[in-house]
This record gives sequence, structure tokens and C-alpha cells, in this order.
Amino acid sequence: MLTDLITLRETEPEDIRLLLDTAQSFKEILERPVKKVPTLRGRQVVTLFYEASTRTRVSFENAAKIMSADTTSVAAASSSVQKGESLLDTARNLRAMRIDCLVMRHPQSGAAHLVAQALDIPVVNAGDGMHEHPTQALLDMLTIRQHKGRLEGLTVAIVGDITHSRVARSNLWGLTKMGAKVRFVAPATLLPRDVHRLPVEVYTDLRKGIEGADVVMALRLQQERMERGLLPSLREYSQRWGVNAKALEVTKPDCIVMHPGPMNRGVEIADDVADSGRSVILEQVTNGVAIRMAVLYHLLGGEASA
Amino acid sequence: MRTIFRNAHVCDPSQGIDKIADVVVDEVKVLAITEDSTPYDVGSCEVIDCSGLVLTPGLIDLHVHLREPGYEYKEDVASGTAAAVAGGFSAVCCMPNTDPPLDEPSVIRGLLKRVEEVGVARVYPVAAITKGLQPEGLTEMAALKEAGAVAVTDDAYPLQSAEVLRRGMEYAAQLGLTVMTHCEDKSLTRDACMNEGLTATIMGLRGMPSVAEEVQVARNCLMSLYTGCRLHILHVSTAGAVRIIRWAKEKGAPVTAETCPHYFALTDEACMGYNTSAKMNPPLRTQQDCDAIIEGLLDGTIDAIATDHAPHASHEKAQEFALAPFGIVGLETAFAVSYTELVSTGKMSLSALVDKMSCQPAKVLALPGGTLRPGSPADISLFDPNRKWTVRAGEFRSKSRNTPFEGWELRGKPVLTMVGGRAVYRHGM
Repeated sequence: MLTDLITLRETEPEDIRLLLDTAQSFKEILERPVKKVPTLRGRQVVTLFYEASTRTRVSFENAAKIMSADTTSVAAASSSVQKGESLLDTARNLRAMRIDCLVMRHPQSGAAHLVAQALDIPVVNAGDGMHEHPTQALLDMLTIRQHKGRLEGLTVAIVGDITHSRVARSNLWGLTKMGAKVRFVAPATLLPRDVHRLPVEVYTDLRKGIEGADVVMALRLQQERMERGLLPSLREYSQRWGVNAKALEVTKPDCIVMHPGPMNRGVEIADDVADSGRSVILEQVTNGVAIRMAVLYHLLGGEASA
Repeated sequence: MRTIFRNAHVCDPSQGIDKIADVVVDEVKVLAITEDSTPYDVGSCEVIDCSGLVLTPGLIDLHVHLREPGYEYKEDVASGTAAAVAGGFSAVCCMPNTDPPLDEPSVIRGLLKRVEEVGVARVYPVAAITKGLQPEGLTEMAALKEAGAVAVTDDAYPLQSAEVLRRGMEYAAQLGLTVMTHCEDKSLTRDACMNEGLTATIMGLRGMPSVAEEVQVARNCLMSLYTGCRLHILHVSTAGAVRIIRWAKEKGAPVTAETCPHYFALTDEACMGYNTSAKMNPPLRTQQDCDAIIEGLLDGTIDAIATDHAPHASHEKAQEFALAPFGIVGLETAFAVSYTELVSTGKMSLSALVDKMSCQPAKVLALPGGTLRPGSPADISLFDPNRKWTVRAGEFRSKSRNTPFEGWELRGKPVLTMVGGRAVYRHGM
């Protein structure tokens, strides 16, 4: 049984399947005129975000509220963190207020793991540095499953800044556990060392990397990569690795296109793809709420069946 | 007072001795290694039965951070030397990255005064090669040497400028000082916190590539050849570095090298779970590197095993992995980890290990000790090679607890350490 959700690398396939199935059944609640169920009434969920976020934070808070939990959000910029309080002390103080669940995002890899070890309540990793972002991968998998009816046997090409991407890592573990094949496609300077030793096919050429793919997922490219000398220019990147309609000619005809957001239109993804019928980017966002409802439900002592 | 160690397994590689014998010392020096010590057993005299125990020249650690002055909450002279003798070390060389740093004669003198007052092991200060350990401006090495510095180093602040290194080596060489270098090209390790490789990739951490160490090992060896200055490479961690040092020695460069127990006993997988007690610089590498380091120890490429004892307070290590400071404590585990990993496994003889931890360190910096030759300092370590014990950081003499060996079951326990004829550490003896 799940006690925390920190990584998909360490999450059992049965638990991943359970979360996906639960989220699927919860989706219906989101379509109701009155979006409220009493499931988590009286429970306190705190979101502790040390990094900017729109999607993930609102998604978690709405998920908690739909299930009638009370939510408090702490932004590091306006908290004791500014006074030099350590992460562990901040977390322990929140726990001392008898909260029931902590959802946290942090720029350092391993931050959620550190807190989860110190607290006796469920901790949900909403993104830690370059490490993992498990709920993003779960919502990606749910979206793929809705479109393809399955995950097993599919080929998913993840294109972009693999080195710095927690989304790529979580999707790699989650998708391979569910029987999909994963490819990483990136310029050599954005591939981490020894990536070939992971269960993944690695490409530096976009066309070869997405050929025959069922799903293409473009990752956000940050301006900082140019500043650190990892890439020559946005222009060269978008020409060589940008996902556009022309490039997608080599995929399966029914290939869908995903993006974890926020998008840099014209860089890693072209308008003719982002706004096309192949794009499932907004469905990902909707599914994000359902996934987070499922995660909170199971971590806060929900029954094994929804 | 005279002390007689009776019936010990005496292991002194400096004289090729590896046999059962008695060792007699007075309050200053070794008097004799003999089959029959009865003629010495007169007057005031302690006789210690050493049956089943190994007696060696006191271990010497070339690389210790005592943290005093400035960081006494991590360690100080009293706790650091207490940890040293509890690990079988009778002497340690201490690094200059204190606050203030060991870059002025007055700081060295102040430190040595503290050692006289509260230290239980011999302490040999290593001075900074540049003022404030900053990139420019050589220290007054002649005055530092007079004050007691035994070498100069850039440890913790590796020199990036080859020009500064060159002038530092030229200046040190004329004074007969060895330059000890921490080899790391910082342009390759920006924001990095562990070895670059599969483990860092899985953990999402920025890695320090092995080549960052190796390019500086190569540069520094070449500079040693060019200037003729004696160079000691600190904490070798990669297979490539071993190969480069082997080449430099073949070319006749006056180069020596050390490694640490963790570089042959652990790989970067010890960092899994964001274990900050396995975070140090250079970082833990791969099994191939461990194997190459053992090979380098066996063929003499690596002269010495040091600890790079680097204490940090618990709250400093209880942080996000990338934010936690580099370094682990090692004084109280070094001998047992080495004995367990190298001698118990049959990879290395006991006398070779004693050579790496006592005789060679003495040779590297021409320090007293490292031998039991009559007339040499009465610095002695006594080990129980068969004693199994479990590492419990809570029991360390060191103020700090940051060890990656917590809970390890080890073989080989220091049971008595003598410095200058005085038994400064006893465990059940």
C-alpha cells in the first residue's frame, strides 16, 4: 500500500495501475455541475511550493477541495524559508500543526525524499529538481491510455531537455513498468551521462527518434540552457528538435502529441501541432486533477477500490 | 617509564619485520625489538601482553581536517586528535581550510600551541599555498615552514590557474616543501555534487565527471616534471588518475599519491536515497575505479592511504543532497575498513597495509615515525586483527557523525595507541 508518492521508480506497477483506474473513475466527478464529494472531509492538505507553479499547484488544491479536504498553501517566497529555516524544520513545524498530508515542490532533487523520511504523514512529490514528478507522469499515462486504450506495447518518444527533466524520468519509469517502450530524443548536450544504461532507446536525431511512435511528448526548453553553453541557439534547436507537423509525418498516423507545460511555442513545439487535433495537451491538464484526487484518496486512507 | 610489549605480532615494513617478538620503548623512543625482553624488565616498567595482537609503527594520516581554528562546532584539536588515536593514528597532517586559514605563521603557531595544550596525537600542519586559499598571491612559505608547516596545499580550493600552480611549485621546491594538490577542474564540476554517471542520472543530480579530476592530475604531474617540485596528489578516486600517476612516476616525476578507504570500499551507489553521509569531493566513483585504485595501491602507484577526515555537524548534513557540505569522517574507521576490505579478502598483505598507512606517509613528507627502528619515536599502534565490531557513529570520539560506514561490521580494532611513549588510547587493554 502506498504511504508516500515520491518516485515512480520505486512505485509498484500494481499501485500505478490502481491510481490510474481510480483517477479514471473520478473523472466523472469533474463533469458534474456540483464538483464536491465528502471523501476527505476534515483532512488537512498543505501544499508547500519552493518553485513557481500554476498547473500543478492549482491542480492539487482543486483535487483536495473537490474531495472536501481543507487546503493551505505555503509559498517559500513568503514563508520562514526567507529567514533561513531549513527544509526539515519547516516540514516538522507544519506537521506539528497536525496536518494530514504534505504536497511539495522543490528545486533540489531528493527534497521530497528527505521530508518523507522525517514525517509520519503522507508526502507527495510535486516535482523535485531534476529527479521526478510522479503525478505528471501518471496524468500523462492516463491521457495516453484514454486515447490508445492501453499502455502496453506503445512507443512513446520524449523529445527535449532530458538531462534536466523530472518529467522524462518519471515517465520513463512509469511507462516501462506498464509495458510501453520509451525513447529519449535530444541533442547530445541535453542527454545525461550513462542514459544508455537505462531501459530506454536514445536518439539525437528527431526523425529517427519519433519514427513509428504512438506518442510524442515535447519537453520545455529553458533559456538557461543557452546561457550555460549547452546549445548554440533557440533557432538551431527549434529547427532540429522542434516538434512540428512536418516532423510528425514519420510517426504512426494516429500519433498524439503531449506537453507537460508551460509551452514555448515556436521552440520545442510548433503552433501547427500544439493547436492541432493531435494535441492532447489540455486533456492532460484535466486528467491532472483526476490523478491528484486519486493520489490523495489512496494516501489519506481510501479503500483499495474506488 | 619503560613499556614492554610482549609476544606481539610485530609488523614493521620499514625493516621488513613481520614476526612474533617483544618491543621495548621508553618515554621517547623505541629501544629494541627482541626475542627476549627480560633484560629490559627492570625498575619501573609496564609489561603489556600482546598475544594475538598486531603491533605496528603508529599510523600516520596525511590528510585530516581538524577544523580548528574557526569551525570548532565540527571538530577541534582535542576531539580530532582523540579520534585519531582511537583509530590507531599517532600523527595527522591537518589541512589549512580553517577560519582563519593556515596561511600565516601566527596561525600555525597558534594551532601548534593548542596541540601542545589539548592534543593527544602529533599534528603536522599543512599550510595554504596561496593567501586565504584564494586564486592569487603565494603565501610566505619560508616563514610558514619555520613556524612548523610540513607542506603546502590547495586542498578544498583547487588551483585553476596553471600559472599560479607553476610559481607555487617553483617557490615550494626551493624550500624543500612538497605541494599537495586537490585535483579538480572546476569548470567541469559547476553545481555538481556526486559522481557523474548512471546513479546521478537516476537521482537527477549534477555529476562531477571523472575527467574533471584527471585533467588536473595530468596537468599537475606535468608541472611537477617541469618544475622538479615534489607533488603529492590528494585523494585519488578514478582509474584514469591512477594510470596518469603511474605514467608520471615512470617518467621520473617526483610524484606521490594517496587514496582513502571510501574510494576502494564504496561506489557512487552509496549515495542512493540521497545519503549525504556518502557525499564527498572527489565523489565516490564506480566499481572499475575501486578496482583500479586497489591495483594502484598494490603496484605502488598509490603510496598511501589517508582519510580526508572531514567532520560536519549533523544539521549541515541533514539537508537537500546538493546543499549539504562535502566530506565524511574517517579517522575511527580507516584502519578497520582497509583491513576488512583489503587484508581479510586476501587482496593485500597486512604488512603492505601497514606500509600504506604508516611507513609511506612518513616518507611522503619526511615525517618522524613510520618505523620501529631503535631510536625512532615511541609511536606505536596495537590492533586486534580478529576483533569484529560494528560501526556506531554515536560512539565516535570525533564531534561529527558523518560516516557512510554506519552499521558496517568490520574486522580489526585498534586497542592501544602510544604517542611518544605514552599510551594515549586504550580499548580493553
